[in-house]
Amino acid sequence: MNTKLLDPTNESRVSTMELVGRPESLRGLTVGLLDISKARGDVFLDRLEERLSEMGADVRRYKKPTFTKPAPVDLRHEITTQCQVVIEALAD
Amino acid sequence: MTRVGAPRLPDGLVVVVKRECETCRMIVPVLEQLRERCDLTVHVQDDPEFPSGLEPIHDSDLAVSWHHDIETVPTLIRVVDGVETARTVGWVRDEWESLSGVGALGPDLPAFRPGCGSMSVDPDLEHQLAVRFGNSTLVARRVDVAASEDEFEAMFDRGWTDGLPVVPPTEKRVLRMLTGTTRRPDDVVAVVPPDLVDVTVEKIAINAVMAGCKPEYLPWVIAAVEAVCNDVFNIHGVLATTMPVGPVIVANGPGTRAIGMNGGMNAFGQGNRANLTIGRAVQLVVRNVGGGRPGEVDRATHGNPGKISFCFAEDEIGSPWTTLATSRGIAPDTNAITVFPGEGPRCVVDQLARDPESLCNTFAACLRTLHNPKSVLAFDAILVVGPEHARVFAEAGWDRDRVLTELHARLQIHGSELVRGANGIAEGVPGHLKDTTLPKFRPNGILLVHAGGGAGLFSAIIGGWANGNMGSEPVTREVRP
Repeated sequence: MNTKLLDPTNESRVSTMELVGRPESLRGLTVGLLDISKARGDVFLDRLEERLSEMGADVRRYKKPTFTKPAPVDLRHEITTQCQVVIEALAD
Repeated sequence: MTRVGAPRLPDGLVVVVKRECETCRMIVPVLEQLRERCDLTVHVQDDPEFPSGLEPIHDSDLAVSWHHDIETVPTLIRVVDGVETARTVGWVRDEWESLSGVGALGPDLPAFRPGCGSMSVDPDLEHQLAVRFGNSTLVARRVDVAASEDEFEAMFDRGWTDGLPVVPPTEKRVLRMLTGTTRRPDDVVAVVPPDLVDVTVEKIAINAVMAGCKPEYLPWVIAAVEAVCNDVFNIHGVLATTMPVGPVIVANGPGTRAIGMNGGMNAFGQGNRANLTIGRAVQLVVRNVGGGRPGEVDRATHGNPGKISFCFAEDEIGSPWTTLATSRGIAPDTNAITVFPGEGPRCVVDQLARDPESLCNTFAACLRTLHNPKSVLAFDAILVVGPEHARVFAEAGWDRDRVLTELHARLQIHGSELVRGANGIAEGVPGHLKDTTLPKFRPNGILLVHAGGGAGLFSAIIGGWANGNMGSEPVTREVRP
């Protein structure tokens, strides 16, 4: 006889999302740099900002309140409405 | 009460009996009297021949008893047009006479005698019957495991386990688990990270079955799930961090003893079902409902074995101090759990200290090294004082606050020892702090607990993770039925 088990999971189905196509050039695009608030992440992002600006990108900086928690909804909304490209820096 | 799908009872009188019940055997002459005067149908639960001569119908699968909600035998029911109009349980002569309309029943019998429990409410059968007769209120998806499959392997294959075998969560087991709480199965307890999914009492019960819990542990598991799944404890971060921490659960209150938790010998170790399965159930909820799995959102560099389960009781009876829960605002003698983002325990050995100052010096020296001797303020710790060490403080009259005050006083460190490069160690605080004094712990950063076996001049330190708003705060919650 078959055994019937109750599903212990959240029973959700994984939704798939299409990646946005890679831009041919960053010139004229707004690039968001998200600092997750880990030590020295800003050092890396400062350098990236320099390089991206040289390439003609309009760079905007964003920062999570703490690296231990997901970015707040408002911050995610702000980035998605203001930027075409985002780079999230993990530092350690 | 009659349940949906109940077998129709014949009009007249219906009685449900079992031979094992002394009252049922006593009233056989009454049943014979009734059979002469009215339409009487006898359903028997155990012996199909009982009572002889009255053409009993064997309720072999207990369908009649279960659907008609028979809790006691004998139960006498009056049925009119297929509908129950009255019932009485046990033997009460007046009630039997009034219900049947027949006088002078059992003149030689006592006027009253209580009945026995119906087989349909036998704790061993009740949930099996609920499953068999389809009265389940559970909504979780049913997963069919073919007879040719090994159900334990099937659960491994589906990724439902923490690496150890789990108990198959059949409907019968989950229904029995749910008897441990007064909460409804569809009550939403929390939103579980990282997938941020509502978790119901039913889903927690399923995972508690898998962890090996008894029903009486369920309220503790529910309280712990509530305590970790919020922005204050931040189980998302505790899970996602590269550090080797998981939720450490410290249980307080008389209920810890009622359910057999261990706060004594080998309190952190193997061998106690309540300790191990409560902690394990919480982690299975995070894994299965929240979607928090190692190598995915869980990025631990090393992890620690306590991430399967790390849960223990405080030894309150032998403690010279107020309990951890009470010190955190819970009324005395109240069941509560405190969750702490902790790594594995490390032992503190001091076999010579006989005065509290000396013992505090040892504790402070060991606490000083937590995570890095030059790290300050970032991490909390649980200090689990063993009974033989606690006795030193008790004999000196040091209460909880005194011990903590003395420890914090010994853990003020001069900046020159802490700055980057000091003592040949690159790690450290920025150089501008070299002339300051910094505390190893924030003011509430040491949680004092009394636990362990009666022999051994040992204590233990459980190191924490990024504390406060930046990471995680310990959370204490009352355990409610």
